[in-house]
Amino acid sequence: MSDQTVFIDDYVVSISELNKSFGANHVLRGIDLEVQRGEVVCIIGPSGSGKSTLLRCVNMLEKPSSGRIVVLGRELTHIDCDIDEARTKIGMVFQQFNLFPHMTALENVCIAQRKVLKRNSAVAEDIGRSLLQRVGLGEKADAYPGQLSGGQQQRVAIARALAMNPDVMLFDEATSALDPELVGEVLQVMRSLADDGMTMLVVTHEMGFASNVASRVVFMDGGVIVEQGPPSQVISAPREERTRTFLANVLNH
Amino acid sequence: MAISKRKRAMYTRYAVYAISIAALVAMVLFVDWGKLSNAMFRWNIVKEQFPDIFTKAAKNTVIFTILGFAGGLSLGLIFALMRLSTIRPYRWLAATYIEIFRGIPLVVTLLILGFGIPIATGWQWPNAYMQGAVPLALVASAYMAETIRAGIEAVPKGQMEAARSLGMSYPRAMGTIVIPQALRIIVPPLTNEFVLLIKDTSLISVLGVTDATKDLARFGRDGVNSTANATPLMVAGLVYLAMTLPLTQLVAWMERRAKAAGK
Repeated sequence: MSDQTVFIDDYVVSISELNKSFGANHVLRGIDLEVQRGEVVCIIGPSGSGKSTLLRCVNMLEKPSSGRIVVLGRELTHIDCDIDEARTKIGMVFQQFNLFPHMTALENVCIAQRKVLKRNSAVAEDIGRSLLQRVGLGEKADAYPGQLSGGQQQRVAIARALAMNPDVMLFDEATSALDPELVGEVLQVMRSLADDGMTMLVVTHEMGFASNVASRVVFMDGGVIVEQGPPSQVISAPREERTRTFLANVLNH
Repeated sequence: MAISKRKRAMYTRYAVYAISIAALVAMVLFVDWGKLSNAMFRWNIVKEQFPDIFTKAAKNTVIFTILGFAGGLSLGLIFALMRLSTIRPYRWLAATYIEIFRGIPLVVTLLILGFGIPIATGWQWPNAYMQGAVPLALVASAYMAETIRAGIEAVPKGQMEAARSLGMSYPRAMGTIVIPQALRIIVPPLTNEFVLLIKDTSLISVLGVTDATKDLARFGRDGVNSTANATPLMVAGLVYLAMTLPLTQLVAWMERRAKAAGK
């Protein structure tokens, strides 16, 4: 830890002056965002607006070009930060599920518990089974990812992230790769997580989910946060022209 | 001439069959089989090759192959990981090594390392097996590094990201998530590599060998010298085939299976 600054406040995630460039492409342009414990923040916006990059910066899968990211009191952008340790408290769910195809559903949920948290196999397995139960897949513990539908795979991926007892969950377009009829089962699991008080950052195109579940909606465009607020404001009565255009395109097609 | 495409294809097919059969018949009729078998396949000489061809020669070929493969695989894995490193000097070092050892013929490498280094430094190889197997392993590792790297790169990037997002360090994610998947991809090409190594061990005899460390090819060559007949080389060739054919069939089977699974 040494001289690493520890911030004691209510924010689970605190981002300030965040910039990210890929070569000449300036993707994030000075993002400031704070997320409080128990908040469900939905990030919406057109593709290429930087919302996925922002989310991936929160657990440092993308390295910010500049700016400061503090998660759970740890300054991830500080040179002394143990990023592996910090990530155990930040769950992430990907668009492509990214389950480990050479392991069963249960092994997927147990592997990091054993290798990272050093839980013994029996404990890890108990936790793994109860989490699979929680996402409605208790019967599928021994199935390989290739034998599961997209919706089932994504629910296993959520269980895998929850197995680390994260304090915050990141969802990167978790339902975008799913067939339409499988979207509901995944959203339902996400919703029950929100109901249980999990702090969540959700990049999504599901306006219904954002309207009903989000405590705050953040609209991004061109690498900046254009406007944010409760869904009743941002989705139902947007102030900014860009937000209105985007919503008109999304909702009326 | 008005002949349709399909008719032409049909006549061409008949012609190829006819020519092949004619060639076969001509071979049977006109080759002097007695003379040929007398020079290349004499039963009494064939029998003389046993059991030494198995207990000494084939055994040494297998020992050289396994030492070369094991050494090549472990070194190859290290060079593959260096090639994929974000640290540039590692990448440069690995790339240079791979280019050098893939660019020089194995015989030259064998001679440089087997003879040149001892002459230049006064250092002696501890035994003849190491003298042959180490250069073989170094060359094999250069080829295997590229195979392994391709296998690792074929594992989707999301696998590494998912593992890292669960708090695994880079080496742990590589070891538990990426490399096990890469291994499945590279088993067929690595088996091919093994077959190439079996054959490449025949070059080790340029280093000069004792009776105890003779490999199959050298055994056959020495047999030719002592019997003034090509039979020992033919037998050696058959023993090579007995080792390589099952492996190439195995690779073909694995590739068919992988193709079926990919559908």
